[in-house]
Amino acid sequence: MNNYSIIIAGVGGQGVILAGNIIGDAAIASGYDVKKTDTIGMAQRGGSVISHLRIAPKIYAPLIGENQADIVLSFEKMEAARCFNFLKPGGIVILNNREMPPLSVGCGIEEYPSDNEILSVLTQKTDKVYLVEGSKKSAAIGNIKVLNIFMLGCLSQFMDIEDKIWRESIIKSLPAKIVAINISAFEAGIQAVKPQ
Amino acid sequence: MSTNNKLLSGNEAIALGAYHAGIKVAAAYPGTPSTEILENLAEYKDIYAEWSTNEKVAMEVGVGASYGGVRTLVSMKHVGLNVAADPFMAVAITGINGGLVIISADDPGAMSSQNGQDNRHFAKLAKIPMLEPSDSQEAYDMVMAAFDISEQFDTPVLLRTTTRVSHSKTIVETGNNSRKQVEGKVFKYNFRKYVMLPANARARRPLVEERVNKLAGFSETSAFNFVTKGSPELGIITSGMAYQYVKEVFPEASILKLGFSYPMPQELIKEFSSRVKKLVVIEELDPFIEEYVKSLGIEVTGKEFVPIIGELTPDVIEKAGCAMGILSEYPGTDAAYKKPALPGRFPLLCSGCPHSGLYFTLSNIGQRSTIPGRKQREPKLIITGDIGCYTLGALSPLNAMDTCGCMGASIGNAIGMQKAGVGEKVVAIIGDSTFLHSGITGLIDAVYNKAKFTLVILDNRTTAMTGHQEHPGTGKTAQGEDTYAINLEEMVKACGVTDLQVVNAWDLKAIKKALKESLESDELSVIISRGPCAVSVRRGINPSKVDINKCTTCGLCLSIGCSAIAKDGDKVVIDGSLCAGDNCRLCEQVCPVNAIYPDKPGLIGANNE
Repeated sequence: MNNYSIIIAGVGGQGVILAGNIIGDAAIASGYDVKKTDTIGMAQRGGSVISHLRIAPKIYAPLIGENQADIVLSFEKMEAARCFNFLKPGGIVILNNREMPPLSVGCGIEEYPSDNEILSVLTQKTDKVYLVEGSKKSAAIGNIKVLNIFMLGCLSQFMDIEDKIWRESIIKSLPAKIVAINISAFEAGIQAVKPQ
Repeated sequence: MSTNNKLLSGNEAIALGAYHAGIKVAAAYPGTPSTEILENLAEYKDIYAEWSTNEKVAMEVGVGASYGGVRTLVSMKHVGLNVAADPFMAVAITGINGGLVIISADDPGAMSSQNGQDNRHFAKLAKIPMLEPSDSQEAYDMVMAAFDISEQFDTPVLLRTTTRVSHSKTIVETGNNSRKQVEGKVFKYNFRKYVMLPANARARRPLVEERVNKLAGFSETSAFNFVTKGSPELGIITSGMAYQYVKEVFPEASILKLGFSYPMPQELIKEFSSRVKKLVVIEELDPFIEEYVKSLGIEVTGKEFVPIIGELTPDVIEKAGCAMGILSEYPGTDAAYKKPALPGRFPLLCSGCPHSGLYFTLSNIGQRSTIPGRKQREPKLIITGDIGCYTLGALSPLNAMDTCGCMGASIGNAIGMQKAGVGEKVVAIIGDSTFLHSGITGLIDAVYNKAKFTLVILDNRTTAMTGHQEHPGTGKTAQGEDTYAINLEEMVKACGVTDLQVVNAWDLKAIKKALKESLESDELSVIISRGPCAVSVRRGINPSKVDINKCTTCGLCLSIGCSAIAKDGDKVVIDGSLCAGDNCRLCEQVCPVNAIYPDKPGLIGANNE
């Protein structure tokens, strides 16, 4: 069995919390101990959301320390850089190529960082950075809201959890009528990080 | 692994444990991080669960139910226990009949609270037992044990969690447990126990001391206080979530974990201390354990190195360990990395929020708003604020709040400001749930003592900030039954207010007129700004658009603080997927050159009523 410390980052409303719950469920089904904690604060009003997820044979602390995250899974581009302090040197970053400008950017007070700025921050610690078109692919599949399951598809390629267990956990967590579209998103996510 | 393994948050585990312990009544007022406890309990139809008007009422309902003979749970956030302190202290003296467990969910990092107070002091103040879980399994086990302790010692029990325990999900094994059938007790006339006339209160006082002594003995043998043997070089006493961090940061150390943390097990602490060379207390917030250990004459290290403020993390404890010299170099933060400078992402009022129009207008009248590129003016008015989503009106670009302290304070603060003779007109702002929680008594005071100010009640028909709980004005109970909805207008009038206006929360002209009239009035005047919360509104329906040929990019629409409106280069754009469309139309009313228009002919906030 492996140890995984995973940071999931995003913006309130993007489905970060549900994604973390599904990963936790899949890990339990695979026989792991799991602890999950969210630093939400007042995120439901458009703030940043960060989920800490720890998966190992035995876990004590739910929080991930600095330089300890094996994987940073970011639903919004800039938020990946915000979680930089957690990233383990040589760790994996999967970031969705979607910009959600905060109000300070919308009001013209601050500027959204360029791709180059974001990537140059991340590559200080790792060259394993995967920039995926999650929002575009999700929209093409038919609903932008399946983004979180698309991102799980990406993540699944870096974890030792069986494909069958992933799918069961997804099916268990969603209303029946939206399962099919989400499974499509999961499969698209897998393709997005496969070597071409 | 057993199939009864569930990944539960601490709050879910508390609710399940209480249900399995056979509770019949639960009462609470919503507050982060405690809210989900009652939300989960309300799902069970074989118990009675209520959202109470405030925490004091919740505590009194809980005390009444306990006197009435059934197992009862009362839950609230840390600052809620301040509100409920009076009945809390009273029941500590009378004792209970059916088991009574009180949950205080503390927020050490003040993530969504006005402070990060340490409610362990309340157990000591009231001289009642306290349990502190460090994960969901313990939360589940402890809440069940708490009912037994409550009944065995005739005492309410405080179960104290923190945000990190309440909101972390960890595995809970429930084995073969199901709901326990607990025989209800009969309430019997007992003047000396339940009627706290001074003579009876004095007579019960020695019983409280006797009880706390017995509990101290019980604490010595409680399974929630345990030692994990490690190296004799280092012994750590810890409690709550800090225990989990200690296990990780100091895997070699001997650990005394206090789960039954008041009254503390004196002999166990003495014995543990005598077996280790260096003794350290690692606890979140105040030196609650440390001061007790020191009072026993034991040499111990703690708060000189472990921060007294805020939430602990493994990183913080590791740094403290290095500072104490018990760990070598801190392996964390490497200064060699270039730190990203990112724009902040702060919470804000939702697009289509019914509070936005009132705040926009007040911000303009009070010269508060910061329009990008323009100089900030000297603020006018004094705006006393309160607790809820609308506290976000204090943030840029609205900046429309001068004070915010605790639930209901806006009205009393406004009275005091006016009586102090401040030069500016005073406006108090409060939400509907907060007004019902503790604003009414302030309003009665204002009428009685002839105060003159403007009171704005932002009536969004729900308790929004904590996630849309019902309240006495919504017409629904916590368990989904229809009920009488308190009529705010009638209540305000019944308090003796004669100058009352009710406005549509999206009608800027009406809001401006009402505010101007009110500010010019020599009387106490009340404005109810009404419109249901925007969270449940579907966005992207008939959104607003900007005519770039007309737009002068004056920035006035940006000062609403709407997340759908943004400056993109030298134009203003509206994100159609975020815009609340016909449910709002604020920006269209704000634009001085009529450059904003609905996709199809639109209405002002019309879809909301």
